[in-house]
Formats: sequence, C-alpha cells, structure tokens
Amino acid sequence: MITPLAFDVAHLFAGSLVLVSFMLLYQDRMTGLVNTFALHALVVSFSVAWQAYIQQAPHLYITAAIALGIKAIVIPVVLHRMIVRLGIHRTIEPVVGVGLTMLAGIGLIALSIMVMLPITAQAGTLAREDLAFALSVILLGLLMMISRRNAVSQVIGFMSIENGLILAATGAKGMPLVVEISVAFSILVALIVIGIFLFRIRERFETVDIHLLHEHRGEQP
Amino acid sequence: MNLSGELVLAAILVIPALGAGVLALVADDRKGAWLNVFISFLTFCCALALLLERPASGPFLIVDDLNAVFVIISTLVAFTTSVFSASYIAHELDTGHLTHAFLRFYHAMYQMLMFGMNLALLSNNIGLMWVAVELATLTTVVMVGIYRTPAALEAAWKYFLLGSVGIALALFGTILVYLAARAVVGEGLDAMAWDVLVANASGFDPAFLNLAFVFLLLGYGTKVGLVPLHAWLPDAHAEGPTPISAVLSGLLLNVALFAVLRFKSIMSANPAALAPGPLMVTLGLASVVFAALMLYRRQDIKRLFAYSSIEHMGIITFAFGMGGPLANFAGLLHMALHSLTKSAIFFCVGHIAQVKGTQRMADIRGLTVSHPTLGWSLGLGVLAIAGLPPMGLFMTEFLIITSTFARAPVLAIVLGVSLLIGLGALLLRLNGLAFGDPDGRSNPSKASYLPIGMHLALVFAAGIWLPPALVAWFQYVAALLS
Repeated sequence: MITPLAFDVAHLFAGSLVLVSFMLLYQDRMTGLVNTFALHALVVSFSVAWQAYIQQAPHLYITAAIALGIKAIVIPVVLHRMIVRLGIHRTIEPVVGVGLTMLAGIGLIALSIMVMLPITAQAGTLAREDLAFALSVILLGLLMMISRRNAVSQVIGFMSIENGLILAATGAKGMPLVVEISVAFSILVALIVIGIFLFRIRERFETVDIHLLHEHRGEQP
Repeated sequence: MNLSGELVLAAILVIPALGAGVLALVADDRKGAWLNVFISFLTFCCALALLLERPASGPFLIVDDLNAVFVIISTLVAFTTSVFSASYIAHELDTGHLTHAFLRFYHAMYQMLMFGMNLALLSNNIGLMWVAVELATLTTVVMVGIYRTPAALEAAWKYFLLGSVGIALALFGTILVYLAARAVVGEGLDAMAWDVLVANASGFDPAFLNLAFVFLLLGYGTKVGLVPLHAWLPDAHAEGPTPISAVLSGLLLNVALFAVLRFKSIMSANPAALAPGPLMVTLGLASVVFAALMLYRRQDIKRLFAYSSIEHMGIITFAFGMGGPLANFAGLLHMALHSLTKSAIFFCVGHIAQVKGTQRMADIRGLTVSHPTLGWSLGLGVLAIAGLPPMGLFMTEFLIITSTFARAPVLAIVLGVSLLIGLGALLLRLNGLAFGDPDGRSNPSKASYLPIGMHLALVFAAGIWLPPALVAWFQYVAALLS
C-alpha cells in the first residue's frame, strides 16, 4: 500500500498543477503564458513519474518522458519562435477581466471538488483527490479557452486540459493504454501547433485573433 | 478456433491502413482514384463476409450484432463515396482547385479515415475506441482544410478546437468508467472491454457511472453534432471537399452516436444509475427543433444539408433516448437510411456545385431543365430526407412518432411539428433549386450517377419492403439495446 509520504508527494504535484493552471489564467503577456505552460507540463511530468514510481508501473515513465520532452521543452520553444516570427508579443486581450476570470476559476474548483469527492468514495483516497484536481485543471483549461480570443492562448488552454487528463489517467491505478492515449494526444497537440504554423493564420488573416475569423463564414446574403 | 473469421476481421482494418500507405505513393491521379475505389470495395467485401463468419471477441476487437450493421453500412457508403470522389476529383483537378500533391494526400487520408472509423466500430476497448475516434477526427480536420481558402481554414480550425474539447471530455468520461469498473472487475484490460463492462455493469457504483455518462454524452455528442455543441458541423460540411461532407454526415456522425449507444447500454444495465433516456431525449429534441428552424435561413446549399444532418442526428438520438424495442428499431433503421440518403444528396450537391460553379442557392435555379438527371436525383433525395412517403425515412419517422405518442404525447407533438417545419424549409428550397428558368453559369455535367441511383433505390426499397431477415436482425439488435 502507499506510504503517507508517497501520498503527500502525489498530492503536492496534483495540487501544484491546479495552482499553475490558475497562473495561466492571469498571464497577460504571450511570453509569460508560454513559460507558465512549460511549468505546467513540467509539473505534470513530475506527477506522472511519481505515479510510475509508487504504482511500480514502468510504462508510465514513457508518458512522463513524453510530457517532459514534447510539452515542457519542444512546444514552448516552437511557440516562442512563432511568437517572435509572427510579432505577437503584445498584451493578450481577454474577453472578460482577469478578476472575474479568477473568481470563475475558484467557483469551478469548488464545483469539481463538490462533484467529485462525494461520489468517488470507493475509489480510494489518492484516486479521488487526483480526480478532483484533474477535473479542476480541465475546467480551468476550458475557462481559459473561452476567456481568450487569441489562437495561441486557446491552444495553450487546450494543452492544459490535456495535462489534466493525463493526471486523471495516471491516477487511475492500473489503467491500460495510458501510454497509447498520451501518444495519441501528443500527436493531436503537435498537429495543432503545426497547423498554426503551416496554415499561417496570420498571413491569411493578418491576425491570430480568432474573433475576426467569423467574417469568413460564407453566410452573407 | 475460428480462423477465417479472425482473418476477415483483420482484413477490414489492415486493408484501409495499408491502402493509405500505398495511395500516398501513387503519383498518377486517375490510378490513385481508382485504386481508392478498389481498396474501398475490398473492405466492403470483407465487411460482408462478417455475415458468414463471425470471429470470437478478443480483448481489443469484437464483432457483435450491433456493430456488424454499422460496419457494413459504413464500408458500403465508403465504397460508393469513393466512386463519386473519383469523378468529383477529376473535375477539381481540371479547374485547378487541387494540386497533384494534395490529391495523393487526400486519397491517403480517405483510407486513413476509413481505418479510424472501422477501428472505432470494431473495438472492444473503450480506450482503443477513443483513440480511433480521435484518429478519424484528425483526418477529417485535415481534409476539411484541404482547399486552404480562408473559409476552409476557419472551418478546420473551429472543427479542430471544438472536436478536441469534445474528445477531451470523452476521455475523462472513459477514465471514470474504467474507475467504476476497476472496483468490480479488477485492474487491467478487462475493465475496459465492452463485453465485460456490460456483463458486470449492475455491480458498478452508480454515482460514478452517472458522472461518466454526462462527460461521455457531451464529449461524443459534440462529434454527433447535437445542439448546443453543433457549431463546427455546418462549417466543416460546407468548406471541405464534397466527398468528405458525404462521409462526415453519412458515417462519422454515426460512429460518434454508436459510441454513445455503447455507453448507454452500460448505463441501462445498471438499474441504480441515472436513466440515460431523458438526457438524450432533451438533446435530441433540442437539435431537431433548432435545426428545423435554422433550415429557413440558409443561403449555402451544403450548409442547408448540414443543418438537415443535425436534425436527423437529433431524431435518432431522440429515438434511442425514448428506448423500447420499437423506437430503438426505428432509430437503427433511421441511422442506416439517413446515411444512404444524405450521402446521395451530397453526391448530387457536389456535382451541382461543380456545374454551376457556386454553392449559393440564390445562383442555382432550374436544375431539372438544365441538368435533368441531376436535378431530379436531387429532388428525389430531398423528398426522401424530408421524410415523405414512400421513401424509407418516412416509415422510420412515422414509427418514432407513433411509438412516442403512446408514452409521451407532448414530445411526439413537438417532434412532429418540428419535422413538418423542416419539411417546409426543404421543399421551399428544392422548389427554388430544381424548378424555374435556369440562369447563371452552367457547364455540362460529367457525373457518375451509379452511386446516387443505388443509394436512392435502396432507400426507396426500404420504404416499400424490408427483407424479413433484415427486420429480424434489426429487431434483435433493438431488443439488445433496450
């Protein structure tokens, strides 16, 4: 069975992930946002590696390595280069104010704890708290996707959702196919990032502001 | 050991996967297109062989009565769409909409999509199914954006983001189902296998299942295009190549709904869990009402039929939500017939958009005069999709409404009225498109009428007479679901 120390460390990583999700919400510069996301991925890879250790599940180290290599290093580097090339250092335009977003975020965390803890009594303490944290990360990621208009911040929001899912999947002890799923997810993320590059949203639309894309809907009479 | 069955099962997956690799290497356009047809035909033959030989279920793959129906429909429509695609693509190359490199990529992606859908249908593992649905989504995203116009890129991006969020929610639901099963079945692959899950579902913690189902319904429901999660669907249909619109409407929406059905049967196997019916009825009815009203405001012909797909997916979800042998039977049949009808309509629409050089309905008039075969085929298709007798969809809609009347008259009235509203919009549009004096640009059509004719004939035949063996099979599956 898991020792109290193992439990506390797992708890620490999962809790830090929620905290970093919160930090993502109030970043107002692109560079800061990308760096915070790299931290997010770093925390998730530590958390997965710790789960691999306490569950004695060596295949989870692969997931941890993928999270570290691709999401904490490669993607942030690529995004930084993209920001320089596209010249979008400017302040991120939020749809609603930071204060309101933070309040909504607190509400979402309360919601996920209230939803998760009562119903998951038979799942074991670690799994259920992991699930509550994971759901918080997912909801905060969704909040970020809807409270930002910028393509790059939406992608980062999506990747933070994915980190939350990895947290949930590794917390579910003995779940098969976790590695395969994390690989599939990495392909998805890589494609999104490549998509921004290849489709050169800026060249086509003069901006990465998703808001303006709606003009191309083809429904004008 | 049932070796030939295993071989057939493997072939259904391996042929498209290998085909994708081969097609990526074929440089000649015409050869590529016909090879695509040939590969799709082979896959269809293998799917038919499932009727004769059925392999035992393993930890990853399963063939049962439910998914055999879907695999056969799916491979059939994939085959006819590839025939349509061959003539459609030839025209796109002539007009320079697609370059040779993109065409190779297109054919490879087409087979990749078939692989993803077949895998999703045949998987006996909720994790594997999730990966397969994701693969199918990704390939369609790439294909929707293939023209690289601003509108196509916007559609692909929107589809990408909404589809990814949907798929993320579905994964969370999948993890919750695993956790619910782990307490009963134990760790490992068994706790993710359909057959084991359904057999043991009565022992699962109901609270876990309830939460899981909400995530799964919202996640896979996004891919089904249920209101209010439908925003990606009209754009993706309108801006991609038309063969992809046909496959999206006819097949991919069905695959996502199939996933919801699988999870619904786990829910129904647990008496203490939340009844999945009311949730599905609500989403389904909302989709029907919304789509029927939205049909009136459309100006783009492909968007019109994309909204009609939302309507029909709503009807099917409603039918399965109502449950019971009769409604399930009608829902299954409606799914099959909608696939055939909607893809036939998109085949017509693809050729129409090519001969008229536009998708704007205001610029398309008098098709029955300028292109009689095309115009009348579209007319027949629209009559079928609008649910007029004697086509098969009339029968299924009639069954759904009458079986609902017995249990919830108010819902049946709402559904019936929305269907009539939708019918009005479609007939109004059809009148403008098919009749009157032809005007605007008009090229001679080089359409292949074989796929269109075959689909419409099947839908017509289903409205008149269904083979007893087929009825018995569908009834059996419907009973399994309820």
